[in-house]
Amino acid sequence: MTPVEKTIGNAANFVDERLGAAGWVKKSLNKVFPDHWSFMLGEVCMYSFVILLLSGTFLTFWFDPSQRDVIYNGVYEPLKGLKMSAAYASTLDISFEVRGGLLMRQIHHWAANIFMAAIVAHLLRVFFTGAFRKPREFNWILGILLLTLGLVEGLFGYSLPDDLLSGTGLRITSAIIQALPVVGTYISFFLFGGAFPGTGFIPRIFTLHILIIPGIFLAVITIHVMLVWYQKHTQFPGVGRTEKNVVGHPILPVYMAKAGGFFFVVFGVIAFLSAVASINPIWLYGPYTPGQISAGSQPDWYMGWLDGLVRMAPPLETHAFGHTISWNILIPALIVPGILFTGMALYPFIESWITGDKREHHLLDRPRNVPNRTALGVMSITFVMVALINGGNDILATNFHLSINQIMWFSRIGIFVLPPIAFVITKRLCLSLQRADRDLLLHGSETGRLLRLPHGEFVEVHEPISAEKAFLLQSHEEPIALELSEVDSRGVRRPGALKNKVQRRLSKAHAVSVPKVSEQELKEIEHH
Amino acid sequence: MKRLSRYRRHKAAGPALLIFALLAIGTTFSVASATVKASPTSFARSAVIDEGKQIFLKGCSSCHGLNAEGGAVAPSLIGVGAASVDFQVGTGRMPMADMSQQAMRKKPVYNAEETAALAAYVASLAPGPAIPDDSVLNYERDGNTAQGGELFRNNCAMCHNFAGQGGALTQGKYAPTLMGVEPKYIYEALITGPQSMPVFSDKTITPAEKLSLIKWIKAAEAEPNLGGATMGRIGPVTEGLLAWVLGIGLLIGIAVWLTTRAR
Repeated sequence: MTPVEKTIGNAANFVDERLGAAGWVKKSLNKVFPDHWSFMLGEVCMYSFVILLLSGTFLTFWFDPSQRDVIYNGVYEPLKGLKMSAAYASTLDISFEVRGGLLMRQIHHWAANIFMAAIVAHLLRVFFTGAFRKPREFNWILGILLLTLGLVEGLFGYSLPDDLLSGTGLRITSAIIQALPVVGTYISFFLFGGAFPGTGFIPRIFTLHILIIPGIFLAVITIHVMLVWYQKHTQFPGVGRTEKNVVGHPILPVYMAKAGGFFFVVFGVIAFLSAVASINPIWLYGPYTPGQISAGSQPDWYMGWLDGLVRMAPPLETHAFGHTISWNILIPALIVPGILFTGMALYPFIESWITGDKREHHLLDRPRNVPNRTALGVMSITFVMVALINGGNDILATNFHLSINQIMWFSRIGIFVLPPIAFVITKRLCLSLQRADRDLLLHGSETGRLLRLPHGEFVEVHEPISAEKAFLLQSHEEPIALELSEVDSRGVRRPGALKNKVQRRLSKAHAVSVPKVSEQELKEIEHH
Repeated sequence: MKRLSRYRRHKAAGPALLIFALLAIGTTFSVASATVKASPTSFARSAVIDEGKQIFLKGCSSCHGLNAEGGAVAPSLIGVGAASVDFQVGTGRMPMADMSQQAMRKKPVYNAEETAALAAYVASLAPGPAIPDDSVLNYERDGNTAQGGELFRNNCAMCHNFAGQGGALTQGKYAPTLMGVEPKYIYEALITGPQSMPVFSDKTITPAEKLSLIKWIKAAEAEPNLGGATMGRIGPVTEGLLAWVLGIGLLIGIAVWLTTRAR
C-alpha cells in the first residue's frame, strides 16, 4: 500500500466507523446509469437550477426589495433624476455599478429561460418514451408540480425588478386573478395588499421568489431525483436489456465524470449566452408606472402561450347578480391551463385505464410504437405552439409585415383545427414508420445497388440488418385492445356499460398498430 | 341723356340694367381681387407656389384631387400645412408606392427643392403647421434626456415600443421604428399626426418637451448594447427563441456528443 492509499484508507475508515456509510456507498457506487443523450435533459434542469441558486444569491446581496420612492442618481444618464422604486433603482445599480452585476443578472435570467426550456424538453422525452408508466407515476406528477412551480417562480422573478415590462406583467396577473368569479377581487386585494399596484407586492413577491418557492423546489427536486435513484433509471430496449436489469455505466468513474463535467458544460453555455446576448435590458424599459405601457409587451417564453390564449379570446362577459364574469380571461387564463395541467398530471393513470396495463415498465417505448400517445403529445405541442405564436402576434406582425388581425384569426381557428390535424398526421406517420421497420426486418436495408439477373430482370440488392438492429425492431410488445362486453353472459346490460363502451373504444384506437414480424416469418427469411 | 331716358320705360330696360350692374360688380371684384393677389408677396413666392402646383397636378392630384380637396382614396390637403407635406414627401411616404394599409418610409421621389415647392403650394391653400426652423430644433441644447424618456413612455411607447423600435397596430398598420429618423421629421410627425398617429399639439407636449423627446430618441439610438447582442430590442420573444435554439440546441448537441460511444 502506498502512503497515499494508506491515508485515504484511514480517512475512509474513520468516517465509516462513525457513520456506517460504507455499505451504502458501496451499493450506491455500483449503481448503473444507462446512456442516452435524452436522459441528460433532466440533468440540464438540475444544473441550471443550481446556477439559478448561485446567481440568485449573488443578486440578493444588492437587490433592495422595496417600493419606497427614490430619485435615481446613478450612472445611467437617460434615467437620471427620475422617481422610481428602490427595487428598480437597485436593479439598475446591480446592472451598472456592481462589479459583474450585469453578467450575474443575465446569467440568472438566461439560466431561468434554459431551466424552463429543459424542463419542457425533459417532460416531452419522458412522455414520448412512456417513462411515466408504473411505477413512476408519482415522479411524473412531481415533475408536473416542478413545471408549475417554475412557471410561478419565473413570473415572480420577472416581476421583481419593477421595470415597465414587469409591472405590465403583474397588471395582467392581477387581472387574471380578478377574473375568478366572486372571490377574484378579494384574492387580488389580499395578494397586493389593496388595489393594484399598491406598495406591498415587491417585498411579498421577493419572499416568495427567494425563500418559499426555492425551498419547495429543493424539496421536490430532492424527492424527484431520489425516486429516480430508488426506482432506477429507465432504458431503451436493446440486446441484453430487460425489464429486470439496467445496462449502462457504473456511477464511478465514468458516469460521475460525465455528469460532473456536464454541469460545467451547462454553466459554460449559460455563461456564454449571458456574455454575448442581452436579456431583459431593464434600463431601456424605464420604471413602472401604471399609466405607461410599451408596444410588444411580452412575458418570458414559458408564459407566452398563456398570453397568446388570452390575446385570442373574443370579448365575452356575463353580468349576473351584481358580478361580472369575464369569460374572455377566465377561460383562456385559468380554465384551459387548468384542464391541460390536470390532464397532464393524470395521464399515466388515464393511459393505464385505456390499455388495461397494470404491469411495471422499465424499458422505454419507441414513440412510433405507441401511435396514439405520440399523436396526443404532438397534438398538445401544436396547441401550445399556436397559442405561443399568437402570444407574439405583434412582434410577428411588425417583423414579417403581417396583419395582427389575420394572425389572431389564424390562431382562433387554428387552435381548434390544427391540433386534431396534427394528431391524425402523427398517428399515420407512426404507423408508416412501423411499416418501414417491418419492411426493414423482412427485406433488409436497401443498398441502391441494382443487379441484372441472367434472364434480364433488374433487382435491387437488399442487405440484412445487424442482429442488434433486428432485435430492437421487434422488441416491442404488440398492443392488444381490451375486450369489454356491454352485456353479461345472459345478455343483460351490465352496470357501467357506457363506461365500458368508452374504454373499449379508446382501447381499440390505442391498439392500432402494424402487425409485428412473426417468428414464422423470420424463419422463412432465414431460409431465403 | 334724353335719348337714353326715352327708353327708360322700354320692356328691355330692366334686364339690361341688371346685366350692366352684374358686369360692373364682377369687373370691379375681379380687378380688386387681382390686385390682392399681386400686391403683398413677391413674384418669387408665387412662382414657387405655381411650381408646387404643377408638381402637385402631375404627381398628387390623381388621388388628392385637382384642388387638393381629397378623393375616395386620399384625404383633403387643405389646411394640413407645410410640415405635413415636408414629412410625408420628405420621408418618401408620399407619393405612395401602392395602396397598402400604410405608406412606408422609402427613398424620396422628389428632391428638397420640389418638396419645398409642394409644401409652399399646400400651405398656400389654407393655414396649417409650418416646417420647424433649424433654430427651433436645437434639441442638444434645449432638451432633457430623462424628461424625454418619461414623456416617451407616457405618450409614445405604447405604439413605438419601449426603445422606439416600432410596433404593430391593427389590420396590418404599424408604428414605424424611430431609429435613424431625422429630428425635423420627428418634430413634424408630432405636430401633424401622420397616418395613424395622433397630433401632439404644443398644448399637449410643449415645444421644449418635444425637443426632450427627440433628445431621448437620439440617446436611445446612440446607446451602446450594454448587455451584449440585443436581438432587436423587442423584448422576451427573441430571448425565448435564443434560449431554445442556441441554449437548448447547444446543450443537446453536447449531450449527444457525451453519450456517443467511442468506436
